[in-house]
Parts: sequence; C-alpha cells; structure tokens
Amino acid sequence: MVPAAEALPHTIEPHLMTSESPQRLYIDAFRWMLLARIVDDRIATLYRSGKIQGGVFLGRGQEALSVATGISLRKGDVFAPLIRDQGGRLAFGESLLDCTRTYLGSRLGPMRGRDGNVHRGRPREGLLAMISHLGAMIPVVAGTLLARRYQGIIGTVGAASIGEGGTSTGAFHEALNLAAVEKLPLVLVVANNQYSYSTPNSRQFACADLIDRAIGYGVDGHSVDGTDLGACLDVLGEAVTRARAGRGPQLVVASLLRLAGHGEHDDASYVDPALRESALGRDCLRVAEQQILAERWADAETVATWRESAAQQVEDALATTMREPLPDPNQEDWCALASPHLKDGYAE
Amino acid sequence: MITYLEAIREAQARALADDPRVYIYGQDVGAFGGAFKATKGLAKEFPGRVIDSPLSEDAIIGSAIGAAIEGMRPIIEMQFADFSTVGFNQIVNQAATLHWRTNVPCPITVRLPSGGTSGAGPFHSQSMEALYAHYPGLIVMTPATVEDAYSMLLEAVAIDDPVIFCEHKYLYYHLKAESLPTEAVPTGKARLARAGRDATIVTYSAMVHESLACAEELATEGWEIEVIDLRSIKPLDTDTVLASVARTGRLLAVGEAWPWGGVTAEVIARVATEGFGLLDAPPMRLNAKDTPVPYHPNLWGTHRPTAKTIAIALRRLLAA
Repeated sequence: MVPAAEALPHTIEPHLMTSESPQRLYIDAFRWMLLARIVDDRIATLYRSGKIQGGVFLGRGQEALSVATGISLRKGDVFAPLIRDQGGRLAFGESLLDCTRTYLGSRLGPMRGRDGNVHRGRPREGLLAMISHLGAMIPVVAGTLLARRYQGIIGTVGAASIGEGGTSTGAFHEALNLAAVEKLPLVLVVANNQYSYSTPNSRQFACADLIDRAIGYGVDGHSVDGTDLGACLDVLGEAVTRARAGRGPQLVVASLLRLAGHGEHDDASYVDPALRESALGRDCLRVAEQQILAERWADAETVATWRESAAQQVEDALATTMREPLPDPNQEDWCALASPHLKDGYAE
Repeated sequence: MITYLEAIREAQARALADDPRVYIYGQDVGAFGGAFKATKGLAKEFPGRVIDSPLSEDAIIGSAIGAAIEGMRPIIEMQFADFSTVGFNQIVNQAATLHWRTNVPCPITVRLPSGGTSGAGPFHSQSMEALYAHYPGLIVMTPATVEDAYSMLLEAVAIDDPVIFCEHKYLYYHLKAESLPTEAVPTGKARLARAGRDATIVTYSAMVHESLACAEELATEGWEIEVIDLRSIKPLDTDTVLASVARTGRLLAVGEAWPWGGVTAEVIARVATEGFGLLDAPPMRLNAKDTPVPYHPNLWGTHRPTAKTIAIALRRLLAA
C-alpha cells in the first residue's frame, strides 16, 4: 500500500509516496527494505546484549518478497505477516513504534507485554497478529474476506505469508482449499527459503516444485525469484491485481535463501555452503541497490542519505520506546474475557 | 411441544433474523439442514447466510475468527463435538487468546453436538467441555433444558467472547417443552433444578436428567436430594453450589465426561477449598469410566453415569 504518513513519519518524502511509475515503486520498495534491514539488525544487536525478551527472527534475505507483498496492498486490505516480514509490515503501514514497543515490552505498544516481538498486530486495521502455529493465520485471512463478502465490501484483498515448511501443515491445506472453494481474494505468499529451521526441502516435500500444487487446489500459481526486487514487485502486483479483480486465490512461491539463522539463537551451520554461493544466496538488498545505481535512478550519495535517514528513524523510535513504562503485573487485568459481566466465577 | 433440537434451530433462526452480523457455517448445514437437522430450512429462509463448508474443521473455525475480527457473529456447527479436535488449535490458541492479546473481541459461537447416544461409539460420543474450559478466554455452555438450549444459544451469539456451546445429542429428541421461553437466566448463574435437604448433586447437561430421576427414586425412600444444574461450566457459579452445600452438608458432583481434570474435579476443588466447613461428609464424584466411549449399548449403558449408578453413589454419600 502507499505508505501512510502517520504510520511512518519522515520516512519517505511526499513526492515518493505515490508509486505511479515502476521506477518510483522500486525505489519506495527499496527504501522499505533498507529500513527493515536496519531495524532487524538493530533488534539483533539489542537481543545479543540481552535487551530483548524472547526470540528474535530476522527477515534478512527475504525483504524483497516481503516488501513487495506489503507495498502491493492498499489501506483496507488485510495482511497476515509471519516471522520474516519486517519489511512487509512497514510497507503495509505498521509504525516503527509498534515494532520497537513490542520488542521492548512497552506498555504503550499494541500488545502491552501480553505478547511479544513478531506476534504484534492491529487486527482491526487489517494487520493480523500471528500465532506461532504455522498455517493457522491463513484461514483467519480467509474469514476476513468472507466477512467482507457478507458485508457487501468488494475490491479488498487479503495476503498471508508462509514458509515452505508451513505448506506441510493441515491448516495450510484446509485454508487454501476453503479459499479456493469460496473463490476468495486471497494472496498466499510462500517464501521457499530452502530450510524450515534446519530441515532441508528434501525432507519437507516430494513434489518437483511447490508451485505445482496450485493446479491441485484450482488456484492461479506464480513463481518468482525472491532475490530480485523488480520481479517480486511485478509478480506480487499481478497476483494482488488478479485477486482484487475476482480471479480467486493466488499462490505465489518465491525461491530465496534465508541469510540468517532461523532465529538469532541459531548459527545456521546446517546450510549447504553451495547454496550460499548460488544465485539463491544473493542478498536482495544489495542486488536492488546495485540495480538502482546501474539504472542511475539515484546516485550513491542519495542512497547513503536514505540509509542515514532510516537509521535515524530507528534510533528515534528506540529512544522513545526506552523511556516508556513496562507492563506492571499489579495493574494487569488478569482475566482473558472481553465480557466484564461474565468475570464472576470465571477464573479461580 | 418443542424439542431441545428444535429450540436450537429456532434460536439460530431468531439470531439470523435479529442480527445481520450472524451467519452459519459448517458441514452440510445448508440445503441439507445439518446432520441432525439443527439448521433445517434456514438456508432457504436466510439466503446466502447458511453456508456449506468444506470438510475442514481448522479452516472453518479459523475463518470464523477472521470474520469476527471484521465484526461478524458467526455460528459454527461442528458436525460432532469429537471432530472439534481438528479445529482445536484455532479455538484454544487463536479464538481464546485474541482479545487478551490484541484487545479485539472474538464473538464466535461454536456448536458442539456432544455426549453419548446408544451405538455411537468412541468418536461420535465425546464430552469436550472440560478440555475447552481449561483454556482462558472461552465461555463454555452446557444447557440441560429446552429453555436453556434456546436462550443460552441466543446469549452465546450476543456475547463478545468465543462460546463453546455443548448441546447434548441425547436430549435432541427426548427432551420437550411446552413453548420457547420469553425470559432467560443469564449465563454464569446455576439453576436449582430440584430443592432438597439431605444431599446436593451438582451436574450439567444430560446428567441433570439422570440426577433428577435418581432424586425421584430416592424421594420414595424419604430422602430429599437437591439438584443443581450448572448451565455453564465456565463461568462456574460457585456461590450457588456453596449455598446448596451449606443447606445439605453433602456433595456429589456428576458428569458424563471422563473424570481426569474435569468439571466434577473442579466443583469438588472449589467446595473443598472455599466451603470445607460446610461438608458433613467427604465430597464424592461420579463420571464416565476412564476408557474411550464404548460402542455397544451393553457397555455404553455402564460406561456413563445413569440414575441407577448415581443412586448407588448417593446412598454411599448419605451413609457417610
């Protein structure tokens, strides 16, 4: 979607907020990728210094795909990001403060210390808050789209991220089949990053290519090189457009390599070195920067100012968050119900 | 006369008529009217709002959660309570946690055709209420009467939290009332099903009727047995239970579900911790046997508590 001014103050100059040309779109996307990489790196540093509770999972190497997903959506669409979607979250309109507040446990964040890190979201604003069970968010996105159909709202799209490992779950199968039966405008984006934690694809699925599954579900399938931002923008743009036009679910499978551990606790020593050296192992952020410079869409100095500006925003968000109050167990309402009148006799 | 099953159908019809946010989604619920006919005629009466789903319990529940986020009030029919285990993850990890995590309520109603019937066997007979009550964030209703089947289902749809509605299949056709109720006792309040003096039976769902039959039998011997119908097991009306135990001094908790970590254990734990001094004898409980639910009527009739076995337990309690 077009970056919301209130969601990301000062990130991108107003003239860049409309992506009316492919070149502009590419540059906007690159800048979200840059910001995502910088936030991720900064969170990883904080994690290593013991400042983050819980796990840290990075999108390194997956930013092109993630941002292409988020930037292809509009306000009013639905997005269910997964653990490697810092870029897609930003491009969809999540604020940096929602990110830093959740990682640092600020009481002012959307999760208020009740859930953390990659589990943040604002469901009422179309940004779903993932649970850890893979595949489980896909039917929830489908349900938001069913609701809109009942409500007579047309023209909105829902996107869900998943990894190749998540395609092995029953939830993935049930949800994609249901979405296909209901002909819902669902864009299901599979990041095939070659390893599900440490499990290689050879132990994950037996089909030649995951995209072959599209025909089995009766949905459109799109393959894309996940290291190529331009290709990701084209393919995600096309998939979202087709879903929006009523062509039913769109399955996108991107090939790439996770350029980090599963989480920051993991050194990824199991990754085949040959894969790292292959085209899959290219860093999509560097590839995109080289493209911008080669095409002379911006010079190195301009890219450097983008980098500095992004880094400054991250520092500002962190500085704000670090001054904020933490969750207080004495002020916590220890009841999970939304209905106050049922609280009597509910908990022990 | 209206049956328990018809009351469930009528409650859904009224919810659909009164609230445009309500829709019904589940296997065979559309033109077919549901495996038990709980949605008979509703697809025709409410076009586009009573929809057949694929055979996908996880995706059915997951989609209801998404729709609830968007402001809808879905009613989901699981064909049998037993099959809700396939949607268990969505219920306990997604629906139950949504409001607490994100401040967005999850007003879904999941209807579970529950409990044993003759010949139904291990996978069409289960009572799942304790399992769902274990998870914070869910309301678990276990109506025992035609009136409650109707009014509690309407309340389930109105409640902002996810409701697990355990309707008992054994009561579907057997249980009848003169008419639908015009007033309702709110969820969270237990009902005094029979007043007594000598002992209290705390129970719910189909076991209310076995307990009442037992109380009737013991009345011929001069015993006055009080029967409390919990109506909802979460919330659990501890106050009404304690008040009854204060009158009788003796407690027998009865449930059709398995004993381990279940509703009867919870009732006894609450009375023992909050009302130990009210007890004149150690509290007792009676549940189904701790095996899968057997298929053959000869075994099934002994597996679950009945008026006869409840009477045996009560006589022991009264002699204690």
